[in-house]
Amino acid sequence: MHIPVGRDAAVGAATLARRTRKRRETASAVLFLLPNLTGFLLFICIPLIASLVLSFTDWSLVASPNFVGLHNYQHMLTSDPAFWQVFENTLLIVVGYVPLNIVVSVGLAVWLSTQVRVRNLARILFFVPVLTPAVGVALVWILLYQPRTGVLAWAWHSLFHSQGPDWIGSTTWAIPAIIVVTMWQNVGYNLLVFSAGLQSIPEQYYEAASLDGAGKWRRFLHITLPMLSPSIFFGTVLTMITSLQLFDQPFIITGGGPGISSTTMVLYLYQNGFQYYHMGYASALAWALFVIIMAITAIQFLLQRKWVFYES
Amino acid sequence: MSRRRSFGLLQRLGSWMSFALLLLVLALFLFPLVWMVDTAIKPNIQVFQLPPSLIPWTAMWGNFETAWNYVSFGRFMFNDFVISTVGTAIVLVTSSMAAYAFARLRFRSRESIFLLYIGTLAVPQAVLVIPEFLIMKRLGWVDSYQAVILPLAFTAFGTFLLRQFFRSLPTELDDAALIDGCSRWGILVRILLPLSKPALGVLGLFTFVGYWNNFLWPLVVLQSPDMANIPLGLYQFQGQFATEFNFMMAGATISMLPGVLLVILLQRYLVDGISISGLGGR
Repeated sequence: MHIPVGRDAAVGAATLARRTRKRRETASAVLFLLPNLTGFLLFICIPLIASLVLSFTDWSLVASPNFVGLHNYQHMLTSDPAFWQVFENTLLIVVGYVPLNIVVSVGLAVWLSTQVRVRNLARILFFVPVLTPAVGVALVWILLYQPRTGVLAWAWHSLFHSQGPDWIGSTTWAIPAIIVVTMWQNVGYNLLVFSAGLQSIPEQYYEAASLDGAGKWRRFLHITLPMLSPSIFFGTVLTMITSLQLFDQPFIITGGGPGISSTTMVLYLYQNGFQYYHMGYASALAWALFVIIMAITAIQFLLQRKWVFYES
Repeated sequence: MSRRRSFGLLQRLGSWMSFALLLLVLALFLFPLVWMVDTAIKPNIQVFQLPPSLIPWTAMWGNFETAWNYVSFGRFMFNDFVISTVGTAIVLVTSSMAAYAFARLRFRSRESIFLLYIGTLAVPQAVLVIPEFLIMKRLGWVDSYQAVILPLAFTAFGTFLLRQFFRSLPTELDDAALIDGCSRWGILVRILLPLSKPALGVLGLFTFVGYWNNFLWPLVVLQSPDMANIPLGLYQFQGQFATEFNFMMAGATISMLPGVLLVILLQRYLVDGISISGLGGR
């Protein structure tokens, strides 16, 4: 029998100790991960795969599902004119809402940072609607948007001496009206994010630039914007992802109408799934939305190299 | 010298004008909220009076009571409170545990599991709504608290946020505690968590509010009027009071009170919390 002695024994014992320690560490990692990972598998991973599988079936909840291959996707892209309208509406909201939100919240954040008085109070006041339910906010705006008798209609009439548009009852104005409500509710969030970003820009940069004779505008362009660009990038990605999923506002304010002129992707998905019980088709819509979101996010990550400035 | 003084005067004038403009912008921004409360206390026949007036003919504070009693707002608040509190507790506990494992423990394919985790951050809730509804139906959980709570309790967001935060804390603290015989659980609970209050606070706030204001998922999975959370209850309420805007605005006011209260309570921490927790993208 070979009994390890001296150095050999020490090395052997150390490896053994390391190995048991590593095993023990893995064991505790499993325990720490277990609660979250179980829920994550059950409520995210499995539904995600199930949704993909469902999108290849014609399930309607009542009859048993049949495998229909790519039919749902084919229908969506070639024989469902509503899909393209809904897709266009959703893109219109993104194109109208995201730049507006980012420009206004960056502008407000920079402007507020120059204010001596009530700066923090103003940030907080702009943030108030963020924490309120979108359904409540939507009801308030329905009241403001009332044709003829609403406050906005009255203001329009006093300013232009003509009858204003029926905001939420017109195919032209329904989407802009929804954008305004969403903007009012959410602008305070990005405002706070950008305010936090502004606070972390070192004051010396501005002092140095001032000494070099840079005016306000140039300091904004050459210091504030580049230094804030990681926050702006982050804010743009998040705002875009959430605006692609807009549901509460169109559901309550216009019901997607008039016609389907303000129906968004998620609203259309909801109608297909839970009003017509086309679970298969609704799942295909869900995956289409998922792919659109991933594509747009990927493009943004690719483009960020061109304009986002990271301090090394 | 005199040029300098006049410049200072001009600057001060500019700052006052900027301040006045800010007050104007704030007044316009807050107008919908003012109008909401104002309409809530008006008699119904005054709601569409032209020209509109901010002064009610008689202040009918009783409208709030009518709204509160007409549908069970008290019940909705209770439901929403249970849902949001339990949901937030689950998120805080499970994601800080997972975050600890990802930040501090070495195990095989840790990085790839973590990547899989954050990869699902881009999954829209709408993609999961249909299969999750089917799961709840299969489990017989439709119209229950757990059906509203569980599907939203395990997003990778909390784990991601806390893992980033834990990694910014020095590992020497852990090592010292480990040598002193502290268990891993003890390290998490007694060392890391107390140091992570800002991150936990921000995560807790946004999780709570996310539950509290959630509409799409409760709309799908809750059916009896008694189970509704605040947004869903407000939606039912709208169905019954479609033309009586004063009651509807009373309901909307009630629905917004908790959020407004949270903002007032937490105002000092909001900006700092967002920058500390890395939600600002840095």
